[in-house]
Amino acid sequence: MLAGLLDMLRRAGLKTGLGEWLLLLDGLSRGIGTLDIDRFHAFARLCLVKDETLYDRFDRAFGLWWEGQESSFDTLMDQFGTSIPDEWMTAPDMNTLTEEQRAAVEAAGGWDALMKQLQERLAKQSEAHHGGSKWIGTGGTSPFGHSGFNPEGIRIGESNTRQGRAVKVWQERRYRDLDGDIEIDTRNFRVALRKLRRLAREGQPDSLDLENTVRSTAESGGLLDVRMQAERRNTMKVLLLIDVGGSMDIHARLCERLFSAARSEFRRLEMFYFHNMTYERVWPSAARRQVGSLDTNELLRRYGAEHRLLIVGDATMSPYEVTVAGGSVEHWNEEAGAVWLQRLQRGFPHCVWLNPEHPSHWDHVASLRLVRELMQGRMHALTPRGIDQAIDTLKTPMMLPAEVIDSD
Amino acid sequence: MSTYVTSESLQQAVDAALTLERPLLVKGEPGTGKTELAHEISRRLDAPLHTWHVKSTTRAQHGLYEYDAVSRLRDSQLGDAKVQNISNYIIPGVLWDAFKAEQRVVVLIDEIDKADIEFPNDLLQELDKMSFHVHETRETITARIRPLVIITSNNEKELPDAFLRRCFFHYIDFPDKHTLTRIVDAHFPDLKPSLLTAALEVFFDLREVPGLKKKPSTSELLDWLKLLVADELPAEALKAGDLRSALPHMHGALLKNEQDVHLFERLVFLHRRREADTLRGR
Repeated sequence: MLAGLLDMLRRAGLKTGLGEWLLLLDGLSRGIGTLDIDRFHAFARLCLVKDETLYDRFDRAFGLWWEGQESSFDTLMDQFGTSIPDEWMTAPDMNTLTEEQRAAVEAAGGWDALMKQLQERLAKQSEAHHGGSKWIGTGGTSPFGHSGFNPEGIRIGESNTRQGRAVKVWQERRYRDLDGDIEIDTRNFRVALRKLRRLAREGQPDSLDLENTVRSTAESGGLLDVRMQAERRNTMKVLLLIDVGGSMDIHARLCERLFSAARSEFRRLEMFYFHNMTYERVWPSAARRQVGSLDTNELLRRYGAEHRLLIVGDATMSPYEVTVAGGSVEHWNEEAGAVWLQRLQRGFPHCVWLNPEHPSHWDHVASLRLVRELMQGRMHALTPRGIDQAIDTLKTPMMLPAEVIDSD
Repeated sequence: MSTYVTSESLQQAVDAALTLERPLLVKGEPGTGKTELAHEISRRLDAPLHTWHVKSTTRAQHGLYEYDAVSRLRDSQLGDAKVQNISNYIIPGVLWDAFKAEQRVVVLIDEIDKADIEFPNDLLQELDKMSFHVHETRETITARIRPLVIITSNNEKELPDAFLRRCFFHYIDFPDKHTLTRIVDAHFPDLKPSLLTAALEVFFDLREVPGLKKKPSTSELLDWLKLLVADELPAEALKAGDLRSALPHMHGALLKNEQDVHLFERLVFLHRRREADTLRGR
């Protein structure tokens, strides 16, 4: 039954490792979190989740697992301190484990040996500590008293609200706002910004490390030993192309703000705007018509390949805008959007596309599929997690497209 | 009587960390009492607290020991006799002290995210095994009694998975109204209930203001109340100063940022104009 929880969590996309799971079992066998389901929930979360942005996901998975087996909690907890449930003794499909876990299982001498070891440990603990009861004291070491009641007059935050609560902790979904997969708004703006800063913190070892030089000189008995270190300097140059017009406007403004807020982290940040798809011109201002435009070729000439190119757009338009010359809805374009996109890719091999549309819609829009293909999958959602992934993507240059698609 | 109020899940987290002897990583909004937790545990357990404040330049080695090669070089130039023994120049760090202690101690590694990304990785073995090797003197320092390690993080950097896997993780929620009342109660037992209610109302309203750079948190609330109490302000003064029409009394304790004060003033101004418009409309 407990294994069902692990399964549920993994299906929810939590990377729960074997080590953490064993820790949970170890704790349960010592009587932590076995008293009631709320405690069990809190303890399981303590062991298995290491990031508050995943709390909501954990709560949902936990709720799914718990549904329909409310009455079996005691039987479940009685297993602890005595033995391991049978289903644990059968080895899981090794393919479902991560490489690290597989290595861990192998290091312990295979699954069976690991389980035997665990069983011995459990048996030893139950004898040594509590003689079979699931109630284990921590030997007077707990500062708070084990059952949460206060031995010396400590206040307990929610003790009187907890009892008889109809809604379980995990049903309240208090951590929904912290989930890294919801789109960026003012609330998780700062989280996204922090992710973005990761992009900027890379440097070359090119400055004298005075302290280490003195130290290593002293260590080698006075012979001069010069040490260099990486300077924390912002070398990152960012070129941002934002789709404006229609539904994109709200996302465009958000992106501007996001990147402007991170401006101090970059050596250089340039923003340009386009509509729907990249063509021969871009605009330096979001109010596109009012100021002069810039030739995309000029853009390619002016900014070198060391710039990281981030394109923000929903890539939702008529497929002709991508594939056909003259397909643009607002002017006659001599060459297809795809041609220009590939030119940009050639000019800025470190490029990525950020899409504010939810990834579940991506497959339903023809033009979006096309653009994603053109980007060789380098398209990520405009969410904190998406930005995180995009930054990883930006570290490597993309495989350059073989040749420009014939525009006819 | 203690003034530190915890939630049940936090207590359980501390108990688990004690029983299973794992480090406890605590995150949460600034001012929700992450650092204070370690102090409180140390008081409750009557165990000495060893604090290691992490800065951007801190390296893992600093917590173990430092080899003062420079003084040794200088002493050797002066012909000092103690230069013969290298252990004279080994300066123990926080973890060394904690490992050598005769009783259980609490180790606080404060704001671990301030340090370089490699910092947590460099401490994996030391926290796992609770021992480390001193290269210069070829001795191994092992903890006699495994200390309770509390680690706090402000989320400025992500911590490596390998490190996280070895810790318990607890996220301290911002307290709800009920818990906050208890916290204030613990700190100001003599506070007039009317003032408390009015102050909390202002406080929660203020936290709701959209776009604040730094939301006031528990520690700000307590500072602010201290000022209000010192000023002997009646509760009516807070009510009269409705949040939407003026800055609250002593707002400096709550809003610590010039932009926030400006933003707030602008909101107040907009609200007044809207009120005036409605009046004129009538």
